[in-house]
Amino acid sequence: MEVYIVLKVVWWLLLGILLMGLAIMVGMDMGVGTILRYVGRTDGERRVALNIIGPHWDGNQVWFILGGGAIFAAWPVIYATAFSGLYVVMLLLLWTMIIRPVGFEYRSKLPSVAWRNAWDWGLFVSGFVPMLVFGAAMGNALQGFPYHFEWNMASVYTGSFISLFNPFAILAGLLSVSMSIFMGAAMLMNRADGPLFERSRKLLVLSGPLALLLFSIGGIWVANMQGYTLSGATPGAVSNPLDPRVVVESASGAWLTNFRAIPALWLLPLLTYASVVLGTLAGRAGKSHFAWWMGALAWIGILGTVGVAMFPFMMPSSTQAAHSLTVWNASSSEHTLVWMSLWTAVFVPAILAYTSWAFWVMRGKVSTEQVENDEHAY
Amino acid sequence: MIVPSETVVELSRWQFAATALYHFLFVPLTLGLSFILAAMETVYVTTGRVIYKEMAQFWGKLFAINFALGVATGLTMEFEFGTNWSFYSHYVGDIFGAPLAIEGLMAFFMESTFVGLMLFGWDRLSKAGHLSVTFLVALGSNLSALWILVANGFMQDPVGATFNPVSQRMELTSFFDLLFSHDAQSKFVHTSIAGYVTGAMFVVTISAWYLSRGRHVEMARRSLRMGALFGVFSVIGVITLGDALGFVAGSAQPTKLAAMEGMWETEPAPAPLKLIAFPSDSEQRNVGPTLELPGVAGILITHSLDKELPGIKELEKRAAERIRNGIPGMLALQRYRENPDDQAALATVREHEEDLGYAMLLMRYAPDLTQATPEQIEQAARDSIPPVWLTFWSFRLMIGLAFLMLIYLIAMATFSLSKQCAAHDFLLKISIWLLPAPFLACELGWLTAELGRQPWTVYEKLPTWISASTHSEAYLYFSLIGFTLIYLVFIVIEMFLMVKFIRQGPAGYGHGLAGGGSGTIQPVLSAPVRHEEA
Repeated sequence: MEVYIVLKVVWWLLLGILLMGLAIMVGMDMGVGTILRYVGRTDGERRVALNIIGPHWDGNQVWFILGGGAIFAAWPVIYATAFSGLYVVMLLLLWTMIIRPVGFEYRSKLPSVAWRNAWDWGLFVSGFVPMLVFGAAMGNALQGFPYHFEWNMASVYTGSFISLFNPFAILAGLLSVSMSIFMGAAMLMNRADGPLFERSRKLLVLSGPLALLLFSIGGIWVANMQGYTLSGATPGAVSNPLDPRVVVESASGAWLTNFRAIPALWLLPLLTYASVVLGTLAGRAGKSHFAWWMGALAWIGILGTVGVAMFPFMMPSSTQAAHSLTVWNASSSEHTLVWMSLWTAVFVPAILAYTSWAFWVMRGKVSTEQVENDEHAY
Repeated sequence: MIVPSETVVELSRWQFAATALYHFLFVPLTLGLSFILAAMETVYVTTGRVIYKEMAQFWGKLFAINFALGVATGLTMEFEFGTNWSFYSHYVGDIFGAPLAIEGLMAFFMESTFVGLMLFGWDRLSKAGHLSVTFLVALGSNLSALWILVANGFMQDPVGATFNPVSQRMELTSFFDLLFSHDAQSKFVHTSIAGYVTGAMFVVTISAWYLSRGRHVEMARRSLRMGALFGVFSVIGVITLGDALGFVAGSAQPTKLAAMEGMWETEPAPAPLKLIAFPSDSEQRNVGPTLELPGVAGILITHSLDKELPGIKELEKRAAERIRNGIPGMLALQRYRENPDDQAALATVREHEEDLGYAMLLMRYAPDLTQATPEQIEQAARDSIPPVWLTFWSFRLMIGLAFLMLIYLIAMATFSLSKQCAAHDFLLKISIWLLPAPFLACELGWLTAELGRQPWTVYEKLPTWISASTHSEAYLYFSLIGFTLIYLVFIVIEMFLMVKFIRQGPAGYGHGLAGGGSGTIQPVLSAPVRHEEA
């Protein structure tokens, strides 16, 4: 039993790491899509921007796919309940994300201006909308979703599609969009010169403080919103959300319980503030590599803050609090978690190693001439 | 108990089939073409002949156009289990999710990271470095297929798992049983080699088209030869491994097999193979003429002369038996859910565990199992048989196409190797019309496997009807229309770009060497390879 509890916490951490990988790597590419039409005024400039992330977006996108796979494998009931409950939102996410691979690959294949403009707007939509949806999903998770289970664990979702776009969710969505712009701008600065560099810098300097502002408003909001606490069951004693021994209470401000119990957790929001401030200053001074890493740290701070505020909750139910999905009742079996841990221990370091190698191979500035002379460029 | 409506289940099935079949238009080509690219590049690196680099780059461009849509539509598949099949996802996610996640960790990450370097890294990597990257893309895509088919194999033959009444789902008991499931392994090799056939047919038919027009002759001739040789071995492999798959299905999925063979009655061993028959699902017999080869099916499927293959009507009787056995198990499970301390109920669940899936088959007609009538049991038992006509003909058309491709590829390989072959202008001209054949065969293979699995999402464990999410019908119409529109637009764009780049051909290579009209094709095709360097 002890091992099982440890494994559940490990997989809660791993899910967090995957979400951070998703936010940092996919967020960066989506940020580039969002700002593409602003930072690139000519076709040449836009192609430079696209070719900066061109060799990497596909690999980066696997963080999203792996996130989905890991939730399925380690938290199957969350995979089942969240994605079916958020049906229309998921479609919005998938339909906009589908445009991206095709947009990158097909945009520069034809010389027509209308064709390229259409794909540029497509890349904007497929950058902006998914980041808004990711953020809004996190915002909704903090507020709880209206769902419950039948006796046989069939999940029933009772909320509407529109209610998912409530003010707090939109705030969280905009936070995620501004962080993605920050990261995208830093990446473009890393590998572009001239006007592209300058316009990216402008956006980086704007998006950093905006993100901090949204994060602060969100923080005050969370401190006063309805949160949840778990009692009546020792960790690991429950393995099913229908277990009658679990008591879930909801109270205003309850999301601060963990921070009150362990004050060291305040370091996570503090990390966000520090890294965004330092990152913005560095970006303004043109030190974009440092700014990029600070942005990555800021994402760790933001997602870490949300994670520890909710722990052990992962997906609270706003209509049937006792059915809330937590670290203790929503995981896979011990056997599956053991196997998944082994595979992860081998392959995540490998992924980090060859991803770094790929970035190293493609390092250096990208120029318009280079793109126009390269038959393989986007 | 809230269950998905019949319409929602039907629409969810249509949506899954449409999105999976669409995704599967791009996957086999990726599987096969990636290895052909690697082979071309290997020749370039080992011999230094630049034409092979041009070949790898030209086919690589077509590969990338195809790959983009494969990636895009794969996103849908990754999440569709959750969005549309949430009960399924909860019920078997403990097992089914693992291979999907490992696919991401081990295979897709590798494939996607290195495909960027493959397309963008020609000038940044050493020759050997780039070749390794190309091989890693091929390896990644094939490992991807392995894990996806391990997941699919579980749906066909759920080994390595057991039902856990406490968590109310199936849970993994043996990772090795899951990974080395006979169904998963035989299907993995069958499917990935079907991908090689697709890649080979793609290269051969398009090269033949160039040759028939006397364009890009040097490149087309070499591509055709490599493709044809690769294709002959692959198509032989796909046919023999298809036989192995039939052998596996024979023992693990008797209802699928009976449907594939249109066997309504149990016939004395060894059963005959029906080449042509017209199964009627409603009348439960084959109507019209039947063309049979005596004894062949029994030998092929059981690899023996004396093992009997059960017919559909007998399988229905066995299903009714198992439904009746499942009822007390399911009722005990409901009691146990209400009172987790009821040990007697738990014991009854365990006793009837094997047939809980059959009880769920009945719950479609009798939500309250205590009120189930014999007619309802009969109806549910009849449900246990997959759609016979569709399965029977999907299977036969797939095999027909495989043999057609076998003959074609052998002919092309012979022509491209021999120096004194007769006129084969005709063959070159019709080639392009055979391009759809491998794609169609792959789709039909998917249909055979997945229609034949019905009425289950997990064979004998979880019925399809209960697996779907409890959505409103409006949601399903919305998503189905949305997918149809988006996917239609994308396929039109993709085909347009493919055709455009195929017509355009490789940049700056091969023009003029053939000298024009189709009359000069034959000597060119059979001439010895020249060692021209660019």
